[in-house]
Amino acid sequence: MSKSIYDVAIIGGGHNGLTTACYLAKAGLKVVVIEKQSYVGGAAVSREIHPGWTYSNCSYVCSLLRPEIFRDLELSKYGLQIIPYEGSASMLDDGRYYAHYNDHDLTYRSIAQFSKKDAEAYDRFGKDVMRQCKIIKPLLKMTPPDPTSFAPKDIMGLLDFAKFFAAKDELGGLGEKEIYDTIRFWTMSVRDYLEEYFESDIVKAHLAGSAIIGTALGPYSPGSAYVLLHHYMGEVDGTVGAWGYSRGGMGSITKAMAASLKASDGEIKAGSPVTEILIKNNKSYGIVLENGDEIYANKIVSNLDVKRTFLKVVEKKELPEDFYNAVKNFKIRGSSGKLNIALDDLPIWKSIPEGDPAGTGDLHITQSIEEMEGAYDDWKDCRWSSLPYVDMCIPSINDPTMAPQGKHYMSVFVQYVPYNLANGGWTEDKKLEFGEHVMNRIGSYSTNFNDIINHAEIRTPKELEQEVGLTEGNIFQGELTMDQLMFNRPIPGYAQYKTPIKNLYMCGSSTHPGGGVMGAPGANAAREILIDLRKQINTHYI
Amino acid sequence: MNKNLSYKKPLLETPFHERTLEACYNNDWYRWAGYKIAKEYSSTELEYTSMRNTAGVIDITPMHKYDIKGVQAREFVNKLVTRDVSKIQPNQIMYIIWCNEDGNVIDDGTVFCLKEDHLKIMCAERNLNWFTDTATGFNVKIQDITETIAALAFQGPLSCKILNLLKVTDIENLQPFKFGNYKINKSDVLISRTGFSGDLGYEIWCNPADALNVWDSLFKFNRDYKVLPAGMNSLDMVRIEAGFIQPNADFMSAEQALRTNRMKNPYELGLSWLVNLEKNYFTGKKALKKIKNSKLNKKLVGLDIQGDKPANGSVLYDSNKKEIGIVTAAIWSPTLKSNIAMGYVDSNHMKLGSKVYAEIYHPEELEYKKIWAECEVVKKQFFNNNRKNAIPAYI
Repeated sequence: MSKSIYDVAIIGGGHNGLTTACYLAKAGLKVVVIEKQSYVGGAAVSREIHPGWTYSNCSYVCSLLRPEIFRDLELSKYGLQIIPYEGSASMLDDGRYYAHYNDHDLTYRSIAQFSKKDAEAYDRFGKDVMRQCKIIKPLLKMTPPDPTSFAPKDIMGLLDFAKFFAAKDELGGLGEKEIYDTIRFWTMSVRDYLEEYFESDIVKAHLAGSAIIGTALGPYSPGSAYVLLHHYMGEVDGTVGAWGYSRGGMGSITKAMAASLKASDGEIKAGSPVTEILIKNNKSYGIVLENGDEIYANKIVSNLDVKRTFLKVVEKKELPEDFYNAVKNFKIRGSSGKLNIALDDLPIWKSIPEGDPAGTGDLHITQSIEEMEGAYDDWKDCRWSSLPYVDMCIPSINDPTMAPQGKHYMSVFVQYVPYNLANGGWTEDKKLEFGEHVMNRIGSYSTNFNDIINHAEIRTPKELEQEVGLTEGNIFQGELTMDQLMFNRPIPGYAQYKTPIKNLYMCGSSTHPGGGVMGAPGANAAREILIDLRKQINTHYI
Repeated sequence: MNKNLSYKKPLLETPFHERTLEACYNNDWYRWAGYKIAKEYSSTELEYTSMRNTAGVIDITPMHKYDIKGVQAREFVNKLVTRDVSKIQPNQIMYIIWCNEDGNVIDDGTVFCLKEDHLKIMCAERNLNWFTDTATGFNVKIQDITETIAALAFQGPLSCKILNLLKVTDIENLQPFKFGNYKINKSDVLISRTGFSGDLGYEIWCNPADALNVWDSLFKFNRDYKVLPAGMNSLDMVRIEAGFIQPNADFMSAEQALRTNRMKNPYELGLSWLVNLEKNYFTGKKALKKIKNSKLNKKLVGLDIQGDKPANGSVLYDSNKKEIGIVTAAIWSPTLKSNIAMGYVDSNHMKLGSKVYAEIYHPEELEYKKIWAECEVVKKQFFNNNRKNAIPAYI
């Protein structure tokens, strides 16, 4: 049994764990990242599981990654490049398609085909969402203040917090109206929200997609409008709400982070599942690996979701009862599936002509919000949606590194797919049946899709849980609903990256500001740890 | 009557115009040495991305091209420029600058050695007058051959791969700053491994009659690899990332500056590596010797600026709010996700790591927001990818 000692040991080498590790190593601490898989990345991975093709196996597009983190960790130097893409489209059953383009006037005319009024309303919608993004942006970097605490830090934090809503500053002088708007936006359903702007079914359906991706809410569920905001608050080079591809797949993000970490003398131990966090007198001091090795560290940081951390690797006896129960009640329901498909050629769509830039961005299959709500009803019945919402893209059109010349890689995100499947649960056959079901739906919008499939990786919430470690396969490490956001994330009273165990911290997407390949939870956690260690670091983020 | 002289058409069209016009959705043209060159074809962001992700094609035909022939061709150029080019060999290219007698830079460019007695100089500004005057007494013939050569820059990580797919034999082994004669789809071309992007890239020089064939060939594999025509706006972005300076943007050409204090010497531009004071007489040598031994008052440096608002036209200050310089070029770098710039700083702030402050006026909904941003003095070469000099080049 070998033993080694570190300043900080981080459990889990996802993008947040690596971000925390990088900042702490930059501050001069001796840091190690422990990863159960033989490769780092968590849900930001690219793997060549079919020769010649690189899949972004889980997450597939990038927008939320904070540019300050990119800059601080010098991710460009370590090979990361974000490629913006053009447009997006939804394909309709009647042979038409609804598209957004980079060009504003082109988008206007595209929407006007369905409704001139909506084409204009889209500008108002864009402006209102942008305003909400501006409000939320500074909050992402904040450690949520505890509203029940009288500690100076929390009182100052709450004042800062209030400032974002009420201050007459560059946000444009948010007044009473904006406070109402913000609270409504954060709590209402996306269906109700979009209903206030648009009349056309397809406009609403196209936009509502962002509100249901990854969440076990339907478009009629209160709180779903926030999920839309969560997907809009990223940026590509100042274009808020824009999305891009990570060149070489999403794994390029975590590979670059790993290289940055090594350049700061941080260590990575891959292929090392953690079985237990060592705790004595309510203080953590080390971890035990599956092979029996023990690693000691002054601070332990968990990149695992809050359920996995406190129900799997911390013993129950170490935890206060109410905390334990709150963790048990944390909502982290799997609702998404993913297909990664190797194609021998470009799909020919019945609606979108080849060369139309709308076909090179994200393509959705949805007809209406009602159809999406029906898809959610199937999920509640523990079935995959009979008419699933599909968000697909073909990164290889823009990224020359993903597939052999002339061939293509298609990423297909599917909503909704249950974690607990009715009638006996998931089996290998059921998984294949699910994959076929989705491919059939895609195939019905194309004239050649079924003939050009070379290989497909099919992933249900079960695979996401087993491979990545996400409880129930929830891609956000916990639902993004108001009861689990800000100072309530993940558990009220424990939103500041700390836990009931001394020296044990959390840095994953279960913490504020939540899921997506953003890095903010990891960087915020690093900042809190540095404050506790009375260490300073001069970077753009911290 | 010269067919090019029409008061109704003050701007000339390059041999690629038929294609560039079609691709230039925005019909937004830049005036470069009397030619129409696209500023932006459809989206600067995507054109820029093509040069960093696949490959971008830039019409650089207006680049001035001078043919220098004669037994004293190398001697003449060696008198003209500050660098020692006396040993330049056939198929070799050197980056050069030339100065006036006061040691102030007139222009920069590249010299191509075709044969020992045959050189070509490519540069951004018109220089025939200066070259001819400098050539007095030399046995050389200088000709402006700008209109006889159509030229494209083909820049980006897939540039070699696509030339390879076009069966340009052994292009992957062409070394940086070398050129050779090749064929693209049966057209004779001269290809140099040079460019303004700081990445893997080539410049392709051909007969104007072959221009459209060469242009079309570069886009032949677009179904698999999206090559885009790239406009001047995107070229400006990549050249700033690569730390390349531009006359009349980062410094006034000594031939054009009205105010003498706007002229810049090579030391101020950070180009001391191009000055060889050991070689025989060259224009500006005496002055440059003196300048080298005196204190430099200002220097063009790279700036890494806090925040994400580009510092275009910003004044630079020290920590006591005393003016110490200006920014000449600034962008948000999409590749580096950094706010970068080039600018002049005074003698107290030339060292790498020095801290200065930029006052940035950021336009926001018809009002300017004033931002006070800390800047670190860094090397000008912000973007530096190993692909640029790799041999064989990436295919």
